Amino acid sequence: MPKGAIVAEKLTRWFGVGEARTYAVKEVSFEANWGEMLYIVGPSGSGKTTLLSMISGILRPNSGSVAVDGRDLWSLSDDEIADFRLNTIGFVFQDYHLFPRLTTAENVAIPLILQKRNWSEALSTAAQCLEIVGLGDKAQLPPTKLSGGEQQRVAIARAIVHQPEILVFDEPTASLDGETGRKIVSFVKTDILSAKRCIIMVTHDSRIFEYSNRIMEMEDGRITGFQQGQTV
Amino acid sequence: MKQILILAYKLLVNDKGKYTALLVGTTFSVFLIVQMTSSFAGILTKASATVINIGASIWVMDPAATNSILSNVPMPDYVLDAVRSIRGVKYAVPLYSGTALVKLHDGTYQAVSVIGLDDSSLVGRPKLLEGDIDDIFAENGFIVVKDEEFPKLENPKLGTEFELNDYRGVIVGIATVPTGALYGTPTLYTTYYRAITYIPSMRFTISYVLVQPKSDSDIPYIKQQVARLGYLALTNREYQDAISSYLEYKTSIGTNTLLMTVISFLVGLSICGQTFYTFIIENLEHFGALKAMGAKGRELVYVILFQAGFTALVGYGLGIGLSTLLITAAKLRLPEYSSRVTYTNLGLAFVMVLMIASISGYAGVRRVLKIEPFEIFRG
Repeated sequence: MPKGAIVAEKLTRWFGVGEARTYAVKEVSFEANWGEMLYIVGPSGSGKTTLLSMISGILRPNSGSVAVDGRDLWSLSDDEIADFRLNTIGFVFQDYHLFPRLTTAENVAIPLILQKRNWSEALSTAAQCLEIVGLGDKAQLPPTKLSGGEQQRVAIARAIVHQPEILVFDEPTASLDGETGRKIVSFVKTDILSAKRCIIMVTHDSRIFEYSNRIMEMEDGRITGFQQGQTV
Repeated sequence: MKQILILAYKLLVNDKGKYTALLVGTTFSVFLIVQMTSSFAGILTKASATVINIGASIWVMDPAATNSILSNVPMPDYVLDAVRSIRGVKYAVPLYSGTALVKLHDGTYQAVSVIGLDDSSLVGRPKLLEGDIDDIFAENGFIVVKDEEFPKLENPKLGTEFELNDYRGVIVGIATVPTGALYGTPTLYTTYYRAITYIPSMRFTISYVLVQPKSDSDIPYIKQQVARLGYLALTNREYQDAISSYLEYKTSIGTNTLLMTVISFLVGLSICGQTFYTFIIENLEHFGALKAMGAKGRELVYVILFQAGFTALVGYGLGIGLSTLLITAAKLRLPEYSSRVTYTNLGLAFVMVLMIASISGYAGVRRVLKIEPFEIFRG
């Protein structure tokens, strides 16, 4: 297996059967490297989210392969893939998906709890992560008491709390104003990205393109080109 | 495992509205189930009141009359002699059990249960609160039981006179018994001879022969020999069970109680099932997010089962507590209220609440296992 951070080869995924079959992603191959912040951009329905799901172990492709750090992802069992997501990937969802009935610190601690870490130890680590994203004083508040930008930072803290190698962001600035969006992505670029980490970000937002290392353009389920962003 | 259960607990109890609704549903259901079954248990106990109060080890009776203590078929005197002659019988005495009308001072009549105790031994006599047991042998002597029916005899005192089938009766003792009677009639104790003299009887007069075996190992043989006489010998427990069985299966009381219990179960199931399902549906995206982050399907099943089980247990405790409180309060205010919380009732309510939790949980588990993390990504 090739040993980039992520190596996707001829990934194909369709939905529906017979005449209703629609290709969301068709024979997509690309490579993402350690220390790289790769954007996937394109119009709605171009297959960005489907591709992101396949490379993060959420959606099984109909054909093709994904190697993460040299390991063939889709040859793993369901439990192994769940463990892969838990230990290797940090997710930042478009709608954050924070739990309104838990405190901010408890929200951030969820990946550690799923890793069966001790509850108080998980909360302590979560509090440290909240310090990193500048929300150390909001640890005991429920996420509903936070602004959109703060909620996004909580989601980022939750994504990094278990030290994953790969971070996956789905439209991270969709619900934020331009200034807040830029601040958050700038923070991710400077404080979260490292030589041992790879960040894949799906976005429509051209205002944050300047922070990428590379931009992969998609249309109708295919890659239409790459643009070089800032170098690391 | 422990950590994810703490998470499950917090997700459940922090949603105060839903959690309260779930608890109310479970508590209400358990309360109704326990009320129904306890009332029935109370009725069953009261139906066997005389058997419990007399306390004889073995009751010999006509096999055609095992439904209740009042529906006995009198037996000829030779049965008593024959039973006394059976090997293993320590002693055997006759018992009269019947009903009569008592004429009160105001001219009204009140139905009473009359128990006639063996004149020589007074086996089965009640515990006296007032008076002397020897006075039962005095002229027209009767002992009245001070239970919830006692006021129906105008709260008699020692020396109070009444009229029974044109005979004069005098209260010579006031007694207490472990269990009040079901049929709403006061109970009078007197001697066997006086009972059959004062109360119109059929040709035969012995309602029951009460037997004390020399040891428990003699019981099977005694039962066998009594059966050879053409009669039936039941142990105290067996006779109570026979009376209970009659009420459970051959009267509408058992059917109605069963139906009400099932309805209580269904009410609880519908409230809890619907609330829990709504709780799961509202949290479905969170379960999806957990799945996307790496939670395994079985871990989410544990979360849901824990939430359903925890709610069921807390609701069960609250329901039992509420039931017990109400039954206790009712007994203080309503002396005729017959209700008894038994281990069987508690067990039945527990099984039913577990079924409610299982069915509610199952519906939630099905939805959560079907949710695809990809749906979370797609928003």
